[in-house]
Amino acid sequence: MNWNAIAAIYRFEMARTFRTLVQSVISPVLSTSLYFIVFGAAIGSRIDQVEGVSYGAFIVPGLIMLTVLTQSTSNASFGIYFPKFIGTVYELLSAPISFYEIVIGYVGAAATKAFMIGMIIFVTAHFFVDLTIAHPVWMVLFLLLTCISFALLGFIIGIWAGNFEQLQLVPMLVITPLVFLGGSFYSISMLPPVWQTITLFNPVVYLISGFRWAFFGQADVALGWSVAAIVVFMAACLFTIGWIFRTGYKLRS
Amino acid sequence: MATVLNVKGVTKTYEGGHQALKGVDLEIEEGEILALLGPNGAGKTTLISIICGIATATSGTITVGGYDHARDYRAARNLIGLVPQEINLEPFETVMNSVRFSRGLFGKPRDDARIEEILKLLSLHDKKDNRIMTLSGGMKRRVLIAKALCHDPKILFLDEPTAGVDVELRKDMWEIVARLKETGVTVILTTHYIEEAEAMADRIGVISKGEILLVEEKDALIKRLGQKELLIELDAPIDAVPEALAHYPLSVSDEGGLIYSYDAQAGHTGITGLLSDLREAGLHLADLSTRQSSLEDIFVDLVKEDAA
Repeated sequence: MNWNAIAAIYRFEMARTFRTLVQSVISPVLSTSLYFIVFGAAIGSRIDQVEGVSYGAFIVPGLIMLTVLTQSTSNASFGIYFPKFIGTVYELLSAPISFYEIVIGYVGAAATKAFMIGMIIFVTAHFFVDLTIAHPVWMVLFLLLTCISFALLGFIIGIWAGNFEQLQLVPMLVITPLVFLGGSFYSISMLPPVWQTITLFNPVVYLISGFRWAFFGQADVALGWSVAAIVVFMAACLFTIGWIFRTGYKLRS
Repeated sequence: MATVLNVKGVTKTYEGGHQALKGVDLEIEEGEILALLGPNGAGKTTLISIICGIATATSGTITVGGYDHARDYRAARNLIGLVPQEINLEPFETVMNSVRFSRGLFGKPRDDARIEEILKLLSLHDKKDNRIMTLSGGMKRRVLIAKALCHDPKILFLDEPTAGVDVELRKDMWEIVARLKETGVTVILTTHYIEEAEAMADRIGVISKGEILLVEEKDALIKRLGQKELLIELDAPIDAVPEALAHYPLSVSDEGGLIYSYDAQAGHTGITGLLSDLREAGLHLADLSTRQSSLEDIFVDLVKEDAA
């Protein structure tokens, strides 16, 4: 294992985060605060409790997931796409490192950044609503697994993307709608029965449900399903990355 | 001297069917400077990319310092530094950070003192905290060299190091390569500037259409393939070659002298006979000089022959 190389990639990526602090950290925090003000305080004051939790608190897990999913995906995809775009990827390919070490470096940094932002939003939420966490260890574990899984997905997108438009395509057209429709702002039980069934095909439902269970001790779907969903998703990403490694897809000619 | 790089039967066929390399064999000795000369599209960059691990070969084997470059890729790549043709750098990073990153990628622990030494060797030290985007083109090229050298490789690949560089910088680059050679680094550079190969290389390889046409000591190559010309200045200029000398390969120079072409390597150059025949023809010599064809002439001849 080339630990120095992993550390070099990780540090280099984290340095970019801190160099672009406004764009990387402050902007997601600001947009989340706006959600709290609009949905939590303004509209939320007119909504009764959902599943015995005040609406403002109810949307906290969904909001964290919304940001964390988008951030981990876009960070990791940009992290590997940028060297491809400016040509510095030659260094990664000619260095004595394995593809897995490259993945650990980039995905590790992207997941760390998303995790940090998730925690910052969690702290920010306390300024707007009262929160008590039912299962703190599970909450951290869920958040961590989500960050890593979606950073893996982002890495795959970064390898696949041929231009900046494609880079934005999946986060914008797939992830954001899935999160919005995955119960970020409502409980699945609030939907008509047909939509409840359809929603079960949305993988993000399981993530948000599991995460919400960690917060409030209640969930839309059983915890086991949530854990299974994240494990299957991560396995699929790892399998795809393994395939990219074996074939050199879009990396080595 | 030991062989530090051995390329055997390397071919590369792209998906579209284009064959970029057609069975390349190449042996590089430790400490030498080899210039790989070839026109655009000859396969120079493809060959370097395959050796460095950026592209994969369709067939063939490569060993670097005795290590198979696919099986023992870590050990093999540790010995190699690559300076790419394009200026590929992170514009927002500082020189120091960028070089640190490269050193880390090669598994070396952080050592700023060593990096500063390299920056000094490349006259880059005063720019170490500058962002790369603020540097001139020549300075950026030096950053690329610093990045390639920061893990102390044994072999340095310079892919067209002076493409698009002004004359002064080109001379600088030649000096840098000479300094590197002194430190024991083996240098393989590609170029399509013949004067560059002539100025820097110990050996020259000529590549065209994915095939190495020859690899030879530079001096031997010029000598072996070189046609020589004897320039004969006369007391009284002439317009045409006199009848009596018609059987010699002679032509009249612009100044009204004679030019005699001969093969310097042939046992019999015919010069002695020519000189006595000149006197008999009533021509008086004012001066004599010889001219040897440049590498450029040789190169053009080789590539033309290959195309024919």
